[in-house]
Amino acid sequence: MTSVSAAPRSGFGKTQRRDKWWLKPVMVFFGLSMFVVYSTWAAFQGDHYTHGPYLSPFYSPELFGDSPHAWFGPQPGWWPSWMPFSPALLILWAPGGFRFTCYYYRGAYYKSFWADPPACAVSEGRKKYLGENSLPLILQNVHRYFLYIAIAFLFVLSYDAYLGFWFTAADGTEEFGIAIGTLVLIVNVIFLSGYTLGCHSFRHLVGGILNVFSKNPLRKKCFDCVTCLNVKHQLFAWLSLFWVGFTDVYVRLCSHGVWTDLRIL
Amino acid sequence: MTEVTFRLWRGDKSGGEFKDYQTDVTEGMVVLDAIHQVQAESAGDLAVRWNCKAGKCGSCSAEINGNPRLMCMTRCSDIPLDEPVTVQPMKAFPVIRDLVSDVSWNYEVKQRIKPFKPRKPDNADGTWTVHQEDIDRVQEFRKCIECFLCQDVCHVLREHSKHDEFIGPRYFVYTAALEMHPLDTEDRLPEVKEAYGVGYCNITKCCTVVCPEHITITDNAIIPIKERVVDRFYDPLKRLFRKLFAKS
Repeated sequence: MTSVSAAPRSGFGKTQRRDKWWLKPVMVFFGLSMFVVYSTWAAFQGDHYTHGPYLSPFYSPELFGDSPHAWFGPQPGWWPSWMPFSPALLILWAPGGFRFTCYYYRGAYYKSFWADPPACAVSEGRKKYLGENSLPLILQNVHRYFLYIAIAFLFVLSYDAYLGFWFTAADGTEEFGIAIGTLVLIVNVIFLSGYTLGCHSFRHLVGGILNVFSKNPLRKKCFDCVTCLNVKHQLFAWLSLFWVGFTDVYVRLCSHGVWTDLRIL
Repeated sequence: MTEVTFRLWRGDKSGGEFKDYQTDVTEGMVVLDAIHQVQAESAGDLAVRWNCKAGKCGSCSAEINGNPRLMCMTRCSDIPLDEPVTVQPMKAFPVIRDLVSDVSWNYEVKQRIKPFKPRKPDNADGTWTVHQEDIDRVQEFRKCIECFLCQDVCHVLREHSKHDEFIGPRYFVYTAALEMHPLDTEDRLPEVKEAYGVGYCNITKCCTVVCPEHITITDNAIIPIKERVVDRFYDPLKRLFRKLFAKS
């Protein structure tokens, strides 16, 4: 094969581009950073994560905890005493891992956080490049396993949204109702479903692996549906990221009494 | 009519520099028209590759104001003309002269890819029956005009010169078209993982952004191929499943 020597490598950020190529990576950097900082802070709080029938998605499923939503009772005895306990710490690795290994986010944060490259046709000034061909980034291939957990989380969050319709009346009985918080939880499930079910690995799982669709009409339908969501994967990635954070803010501020959860019905 | 400065890269593989040329731009002109005008007016020896002037031959690929584009499909009215317009050859390939780069490496890569190997004919007359829904996915990939803008913008080739280990987006599209073809029986996944270097792609989607045929290269070709490689080589449950249910 002919040896190829392209133009010599130039310094970081060198480009002939005239447009604001830096704007998108900077926005992604701040958007993701703000979410990581807030979600880490919220996860370590360990309180004010419920209000009425609502449970913050950062704490769902609540495996162990003090709220009525807890599946297996209060803080387990085996939890190290030196470590602060929060129900969120037990589960947040799963949605975090799903987003961290997501094909969309990978492309976005490689540019914004690693500058690899900073933007299309902009020099990175880096000599060594391994890509996702070797450790550690070869581990991104675990994405489909996080997908399986994320799908299970969708069922849990849908049940949480269903519980958001049931309020405790003055006489202690449960009554059906709709409040702003109910809608917030429902929108959260819709956005998260749009994001999770539009995942590239899910698209592969439901039909992408096939070469002959005509013998599998049901899988063809599923593939087409997932493709519809996959086309908007970036949009749903950001909508769901923002809304899951907002849902925690909503529940937290209602729990603190700063916001009042208005009943619609 | 506006007088515009075109800053064109002049030189060959031994080196070169940008030189400024003024020419009048009128309504409806594309960058290739302006380059031809410069050639006619003040730089008769300017080398530029072109053919169809219709965005279908993929010959006039270059970098216009730093963006990999087809010169014949870039309207002058779509770029700022109040400052010099830079036009340079594709950075990922060696320069032959001026705006012409040597893309022959791509044709050599294509020859390394295992060719189409159809199953036995379905019909007595030696033909196959193919349903439209089976071929829909592959048809998108057939739109490729081999302009190599995706190869040019890919930082694995452009910045890291991994030409010996990575075949680039164009040839993952080509491989995907073969791998997903309903009649094909060849197995290319070991090569996709090793010799073709799919793991080097870090999904920046720059190839999709520059494709003049709007092929969704990353989402529809590269990621599905990556997922097939994961199936075969990285997914422990799938490997176990294959071992347990392998036909002896």
